[in-house]
Amino acid sequence: MRGRPLLHTSYEADQALLNTTAKRVMLGVFFLIVISIPFQIIPGLKFLGEDDWLRLLSTTAVFAIGALGLNILTGLAGQVSLGHSFFMGIGAYTAVWLGGAVGGPLIGLGLPIWVWLPAAGIVAALIGVAVGPTAVRVRGLYLAIVTLGLVFIGEYFFRNWNSLTGGSQVGRDFPRLQVRLWKEEVPIFDFTTPANWFGVEVSGVAKTFLLLAVFALVFTLLAKNLQRTRVGRAFMAIRDRDIAAEIMGVNEFAHKLLAFGISSFYAGIAGALLASFVTRVIPERWDLFLSVQFIAIILIGGAGTVTGAVLGSAFVVLLPRIVQNFTLWLQSVATEGDGILSSIANVFVATTPEDFGLVNTFAGVGPGLSVAQLNLVLYGLLIIGFLIFEPLGLYGIWLRIRNYWKGWPFTY
Amino acid sequence: MTHGLVVLAQATVENNEFAQTLVDGVSFGAIYALLAMGFVIIFKATSVINFAHGALTGLGAFLVAAFATVLDFPGRYVTFLPEWAQWTLNVLTALVAAALIGVILERVFLRPMVGEALFAAAIVTLGLDIVVRTITNDWIGTNPRPLGAPWGLEVVDLGWVRIAWSEIVQIIVTVVLLAGIALFFRSRTGVAMRATAFDQETARAQGINVGRIFSVAWAIGALLAGVAGIFFSVFPRRATGVDPATAFIAFRAFPAVIIGGLDSIPGAVVGGFAIGIAEAAANSYLGFEFLGSGFPGIVGYLLMLVVLLIRPYGLFGTAEIRRV
Repeated sequence: MRGRPLLHTSYEADQALLNTTAKRVMLGVFFLIVISIPFQIIPGLKFLGEDDWLRLLSTTAVFAIGALGLNILTGLAGQVSLGHSFFMGIGAYTAVWLGGAVGGPLIGLGLPIWVWLPAAGIVAALIGVAVGPTAVRVRGLYLAIVTLGLVFIGEYFFRNWNSLTGGSQVGRDFPRLQVRLWKEEVPIFDFTTPANWFGVEVSGVAKTFLLLAVFALVFTLLAKNLQRTRVGRAFMAIRDRDIAAEIMGVNEFAHKLLAFGISSFYAGIAGALLASFVTRVIPERWDLFLSVQFIAIILIGGAGTVTGAVLGSAFVVLLPRIVQNFTLWLQSVATEGDGILSSIANVFVATTPEDFGLVNTFAGVGPGLSVAQLNLVLYGLLIIGFLIFEPLGLYGIWLRIRNYWKGWPFTY
Repeated sequence: MTHGLVVLAQATVENNEFAQTLVDGVSFGAIYALLAMGFVIIFKATSVINFAHGALTGLGAFLVAAFATVLDFPGRYVTFLPEWAQWTLNVLTALVAAALIGVILERVFLRPMVGEALFAAAIVTLGLDIVVRTITNDWIGTNPRPLGAPWGLEVVDLGWVRIAWSEIVQIIVTVVLLAGIALFFRSRTGVAMRATAFDQETARAQGINVGRIFSVAWAIGALLAGVAGIFFSVFPRRATGVDPATAFIAFRAFPAVIIGGLDSIPGAVVGGFAIGIAEAAANSYLGFEFLGSGFPGIVGYLLMLVVLLIRPYGLFGTAEIRRV
């Protein structure tokens, strides 16, 4: 049906994963852009191809996988969980148990990626299902505190299980992103070393980024697909009114367990990929703040939406870098320039300990916040701000923009 | 202090381990009880789960350090009073400031969330926790801030058990505060708060100024958190004073709330003391090698899981009635 984008003539078309041409085209274009980033083809986006930006984008991809998992549990099934970082830790340590270096002082079996990566997800999912019955018994705010307990108990184990985790504040090396058939010395394919593809030099960082981007795409599509299945609809029914869902024949207990399992699977994969990507991780990495970051991602992006989880990840991961660049720019304006702009910037940044300013740009402690602290404060304020002013998050903003242009030049 | 009973903390005397554990547990439990009580009062009156309670603890303790040692306000204007009275005055001023900040935080950040989903408000407090904690840490700086408590490091030694003076003060203050809260709930405002806790809309229809009740609840919560923060930052706990880790004490008090039941104030007190004693017991009796470090820190959560398996709404909490 040309020219009538919302007219669906079959149930399949209505329920399709990408039900409009615009969505299909945009996803394709978006993915082409993402793939092209490391090759620095598109003018204006070339800076993203530099190594430090590529690392941030890779982190975004990994965080997106984790956020999609939490989105299934919190956004779809409505179960507030602060325990996401615990399941990520489980995934990471499963990965290192199976894939870690053999023969060292620490546990490691040296198995290839196609064993440890799925296993990370599966073990995390199993533990999620095992913890589930306790968690499913309590509801709402009690659940939030039970899962909070999970983080603390988990962190205690991670800190003390020295032979697996390397010990508190020490950590250990995680298996690299290399494909092997079994335990042979030279990997078949190495995502961490530079290579020459058809005459184009590709750095190790770029290869890692491409791999993680593909992973993120696959998991995004899986999560999107889940929403239109029977299970996904059951999750949403439980979220909206659990008793009503039960009356309609949804097995509440089983579906909550399933939600915990799927969410933990995503978390496990994300944890394993994150640890593998940053190569060395201390047990304290899997703390409450990581969980809060994921809650922030979900809320900033828009709870219950797949697009939101991805947008939120990009926002939360890239924000510190943007804040840092902005502060540096303010600093340069304050110190070098003159005129009104410079004096405004001077109010915000303190360049010496005697100077007044909201943000310090000198090393050490001063009256103002350091850049790291400013980032934390902004995190907090963004969580609060989005909840108060835009409960649908970035997705809600996008929705309003889209609907405005849909009706343009009419307002409705 | 004129008696020969007082010795320095370093003195070693044969102690009764069980009694000592109990004393440690009760004095630590009092801190948890104060925290849990403030938490429950805020939850009951405003139906907000306050994850920022730790931040309020750190902020309260920091304000006390600032007013008592750095600013010496208003102590410097009443030099005719003895030193301990000046200190007490400073502390009271700091606690009033902490309560005021609690009121302001509620008014600015949580009032707009009235009527929204409970968990949305809970997440707002998570954000608030980050903001308040970061700013407090920036003010604290790199070194711990001592509180300058007049009782210092002195300890009463009864032979079979040793009690720090701060612990005696702390237990007296806790009892006074508990009694004060109990009396408060019989006052006009207290009855209004109970009515609000029961049903906000009906309370409003009866002419209760619900917004004011919210403010009072947060003031009490912040004040109790501040008091807990003080006692956590003096001699037997952390003689060095307030540091960024002070705020994390509240995360160990959360299980107290759940053990007692989210909406029960007596439950919070019982839960607080239970966790304090359990942690002290773990400290003295569970010193096994394989448990590693930090085990007492999670005893509360383990206890909470056990209680929840038996009673999903805590010991004294009311089961939620669910309607379709």
